[in-house]
Amino acid sequence: MAADAKTVTRELAALASGAKLSRLQLAGLAVALLGAIALPWLITDYRTFQFTLAISYAIAVLGLNILTGYNGQFSLGHGAFYAIGAYTAAIMMEQWGIAYYWTIPAAGAVCLVAGFLFGLPALRLEGLYLALATFALAVATPQLLKYDPISPWTGGVQGVTIIKPDAPFGLPISQDAWLYYFSLMVMVVVFVCAWNLLRGRTGRALKAIRDNPIAASAMGVNTSLYKSLTFGVSALYTGVAGALGAIAIQFVAPDTFNFFLSVTFLVGVVIGGLASIPGAVFGGLVIVFIPNVAEQVSKAAPWAIYGVFLILFMYFMPTGIWGFIRLLYARFTRRRRAG
Amino acid sequence: MDLFLQQTFAGLAFGGIYALVALAVVMIYQATDHLNFAQGEMAMFSTYIAYTLLHHGIPYWWVFLLAMAISFVGGVLVERIVVRPVEGTGVLNEVIVFIGLLVIFNSMAGWIWDYTIKPFPSPFPKHVPFGITFIGPHDFGVIGVTLVVLAAVFLFFRFTPVGLAMRAAAQNPASARLVGIRVGWMLALGWGLAAAIGAVAGMMVAPIVFLEPNMMGGILLYGFAGALLGGISNPVGAVIGGFIVGVLENLVGTYVPFIGSELKLSVALVLIVAVLVFRPSGLFGYVVVKRV
Repeated sequence: MAADAKTVTRELAALASGAKLSRLQLAGLAVALLGAIALPWLITDYRTFQFTLAISYAIAVLGLNILTGYNGQFSLGHGAFYAIGAYTAAIMMEQWGIAYYWTIPAAGAVCLVAGFLFGLPALRLEGLYLALATFALAVATPQLLKYDPISPWTGGVQGVTIIKPDAPFGLPISQDAWLYYFSLMVMVVVFVCAWNLLRGRTGRALKAIRDNPIAASAMGVNTSLYKSLTFGVSALYTGVAGALGAIAIQFVAPDTFNFFLSVTFLVGVVIGGLASIPGAVFGGLVIVFIPNVAEQVSKAAPWAIYGVFLILFMYFMPTGIWGFIRLLYARFTRRRRAG
Repeated sequence: MDLFLQQTFAGLAFGGIYALVALAVVMIYQATDHLNFAQGEMAMFSTYIAYTLLHHGIPYWWVFLLAMAISFVGGVLVERIVVRPVEGTGVLNEVIVFIGLLVIFNSMAGWIWDYTIKPFPSPFPKHVPFGITFIGPHDFGVIGVTLVVLAAVFLFFRFTPVGLAMRAAAQNPASARLVGIRVGWMLALGWGLAAAIGAVAGMMVAPIVFLEPNMMGGILLYGFAGALLGGISNPVGAVIGGFIVGVLENLVGTYVPFIGSELKLSVALVLIVAVLVFRPSGLFGYVVVKRV
């Protein structure tokens, strides 16, 4: 009996901390996944392409969220890692003739190293200063990509054009639909990895560092290793996203990886919900579809909306869309129980 | 030697602009421990306002003063309305709100004045006085205006009661409040002053880089680099840092062949990271001792 009570408490604690999924969450996930699989059959190829982009952005947003939401480190420069991932994919496919699916792990690996290396000096920087250093990285990225001596690979100002891959095994679906499914698979894999990484010991260590670095190190968490590794993993996610994005758009050019790309990811994190994994999906969708609607008003409108959203969300909904959904759910169930 | 002199003085002119931006950044940083990432875009917006005023046929120096005044009011309003609610709620919230401001100013400028590049007049005479040849007339004027603004700011803080109150509010808010200083309003005044100084920087740089919504991105970065190099806790240091960065940027761009003008922004990146890693307090700043 006592052992039973113990397991029940443990189960409840696991549910509460998000280390396990409740039945409702599993059901929700299954519905979302089925919906995602059915999607390309219901909409045009162009819309499918947009959803592929949204997937790419969702992965990047998740990467930034691991760093900012879970570990409390700031980055205004994740556009740089997205660019590295995109260029890795483009150069591998276009210059070396390697198949597109190999570029995804390669982009991830390159960005892991790049992120880890940038994370090392970043260790000494707290909050604001890290924001500043990454801001500098973001502003300098387009210039670095245009740098003449590396233009044989990067194509300089022109960028690199990629050929869209066909569906394999003679599947009767369009290139866009195949790419969508491919991105969806990558997304499911990396999201599961992130969930696994964040739900246990590592996740607790990251959050402890965010909430109180001194207490964390007193409890035996190797803060510098965790922080620089988090930077690396976060860059890995963003690099994978960059590779997917490059393959979907079929084109990389230096000026698309400007400071505002990094801000876009930040917008995704804030609107989706800080320190939440499902929030990243909402973030990705918002990033792709708000401009789509708003650009009919003016070229500047999407950015005006982003800016207003950033500020309003910080005032009124700091936990983002996902936090809002959880809040609604909590209200709803409480009322039902009371009544 | 001529080239060296020319590049040094051109660097000083740019350095003056960076120094103004750095001063604006430090002014807000000192009072509130915030780095205002929107400082550059606010300056850009002020410059657009000046552009519109000029098109209504108002003489340049009136426009200059008017733009400063409008920016001052705008800065105060931004602090009161937008920044105040997140004051002291953590770095994350504050930086996100600043980025939001940056984006809003940038897109509003694009919306109102569209994204085409516009020429902006230089108010200075076509020839440099005293028969000096190694410096262009605009560069000469920029250095002059910068020095005047710096002197005015110094005099304001050193010799006026409001300046004293602002320094007190920045240094020790609790004690300042006890002697009857309205600390909140002093912060707002700091924002106003920073916006006005930024407006000067924008109007000085616009004839060189031309007016467009993204013109201040790189300049803000150099301003940050200057502020950090000189010591972000020290306004005088920040100004000197701004000048150093300007000269350094030009000389490195001229004499180091593999950098040229292509990698100028990366110089700022390297400089920022290097200062932060090796000497976070900058050349003239003091070390902040933190109690744990």
